[in-house]
Amino acid sequence: MIEVEQLTKRYGSTTAVRDLSFTVRPGHVTGFLGPNGAGKTTTLRMLLGLVEPSGGTAMVSGRSFRRHPRGLRHVGALLDAHDVHGGLSARAHLQALARSNRIPKGRVDEVLAEVGLTGSAARRRVRTFSLGMKQRLGIAVALLGDPPVLMFDEPLNGLDPEGVLWVRGLFRRLAYEGRTVFVSSHLMSEMENTADELIVIGRGELIAAESLVQFAARGTAPTVTVRSPDAGALAVVLAAEGAVVTPYDEVALKVDGLDAVRVGELAHQHRVPLWELATRTASLETAFMELTADSVEYVAGEPR
Amino acid sequence: MTTLAVPAARFTDLLAAEWIKLRSLRSTYWAFGCGALAVVGFNANAARADYVNFPHYGGPIRESFLYWALRDAFTEGAAMILVLTCAGIGAITIVGEYATGLVRTTFTAVPDRRALMAAKVVVLTAVMTAFGAIVAGASYAVSQAILDGRGLGVPISHPGAWRVVAASALLAPVCALVGMGMGALIRHSATTMVLTTGVLLLLPSFVTERYHWTACVRNALPFNAWVRLVDVGYGHEPFTLVEKYPTTVAGGWVVFAVWAGVAAVVAVVAVDRRDV
Repeated sequence: MIEVEQLTKRYGSTTAVRDLSFTVRPGHVTGFLGPNGAGKTTTLRMLLGLVEPSGGTAMVSGRSFRRHPRGLRHVGALLDAHDVHGGLSARAHLQALARSNRIPKGRVDEVLAEVGLTGSAARRRVRTFSLGMKQRLGIAVALLGDPPVLMFDEPLNGLDPEGVLWVRGLFRRLAYEGRTVFVSSHLMSEMENTADELIVIGRGELIAAESLVQFAARGTAPTVTVRSPDAGALAVVLAAEGAVVTPYDEVALKVDGLDAVRVGELAHQHRVPLWELATRTASLETAFMELTADSVEYVAGEPR
Repeated sequence: MTTLAVPAARFTDLLAAEWIKLRSLRSTYWAFGCGALAVVGFNANAARADYVNFPHYGGPIRESFLYWALRDAFTEGAAMILVLTCAGIGAITIVGEYATGLVRTTFTAVPDRRALMAAKVVVLTAVMTAFGAIVAGASYAVSQAILDGRGLGVPISHPGAWRVVAASALLAPVCALVGMGMGALIRHSATTMVLTTGVLLLLPSFVTERYHWTACVRNALPFNAWVRLVDVGYGHEPFTLVEKYPTTVAGGWVVFAVWAGVAAVVAVVAVDRRDV
């Protein structure tokens, strides 16, 4: 459980995070979304006691994280895959961290196997790692203490498609085990298949805190696409029911105002054969863009 | 979910973790190896020069050659190399963490930063004291063995000989801690090294003993304290210069202790307070 209340961080005259309040519950993968510069990383650093808040509180499992003398068994975190000494081997890096938290040596090999850094990779110096391998090492660090709360800052950066699939499965499994999994990203498409809850921020302020389903509903209403050899007749039927019908071509129609179930029923009643019937939800990406349009810090292409 | 039971936090775990980091870095061995070779080599060469030149030395030098032999045991040039090596290693133990970002991973694993920094201080002090003892001991043994070729070597049992070895050995941890303290304050590799070198090596030659206050500053610097501690003939040997504001052996040890202590406290406190 992560509880953030009226959290604020000011750097001189800039306010990175302003009056932010939200709760992240266990048993879910919660996405933490916002455009670049929205304050995601600052918020995560405040949760981990790395950065002192200017106001408000950031609690993990009911405590301020810095109150714990050792952290790995309470929170596992991957902030930046580069936060590691390039001269150390993956195994030495994990061994030192495990030892500082009195985690048995055997656990190091367990997490190395879990993230797929086995054999010579574990002995290689981290300096020689690709970004994807560093992400895997960072995830291994987060898993080391078998913690109830996990935080990941942009964990999918640099991972290959196989790695992305693996990470998604891992996050879901961790949440299924009852852990709190909090994952930041600036790309909605990354969250679409990973998170079931969302916290969206922009310019340091909360924009939305709700489930992925609710968030998706914020976007443009879904439309129905239907294909039929008798599209002309079907268009007449649907229009009579109050739908706004726009033909794509001779056989395909775009239907607004009726759902797929109703369109199917009407086609059946009027004996119109169907080739395709599909609901097109506005993409989450669109919903996200619309919602954060006002709070994008760095806009390309047009003067502000 | 099976969360592991949380054992009590122990300081010894942090010591072990810091030790793992230090011994796992290849650069550690290079720094210690090259530093030791340079220091011992410098001192051995000083002894060799005296060995070669001795037949040409005049009466006064021959009479007081005992002090010359003890100066060869650890020369000023070697001390400068030792200062530079140790300050660099001390600085890198903390600046290395900041520069690579490892510090965030470390603090997330150990939110008790004071304990963490205290562990770094203890490990650094122990390792550098051992390093100092090895190079100072080896320098003494090698230089006196060379001079023994003319029967001029001074046995370690000679009054003051131990002080030469001990002061030179302890110069290592003192300078390493100063480097670490500066690193914790500055957190930037190049700036830390420039300022640390300035304080430890340049300042002693810039500050004169012309006025009382400048003499006080001068005598309070670790390098000058070392110079006083290894000067076995201070005050009664014809070739030593006794300054206008004389210093004592006890004063030298106090300077060592204060610099080391203050640097250790600065390292712990500075790191505890600031955002990373």
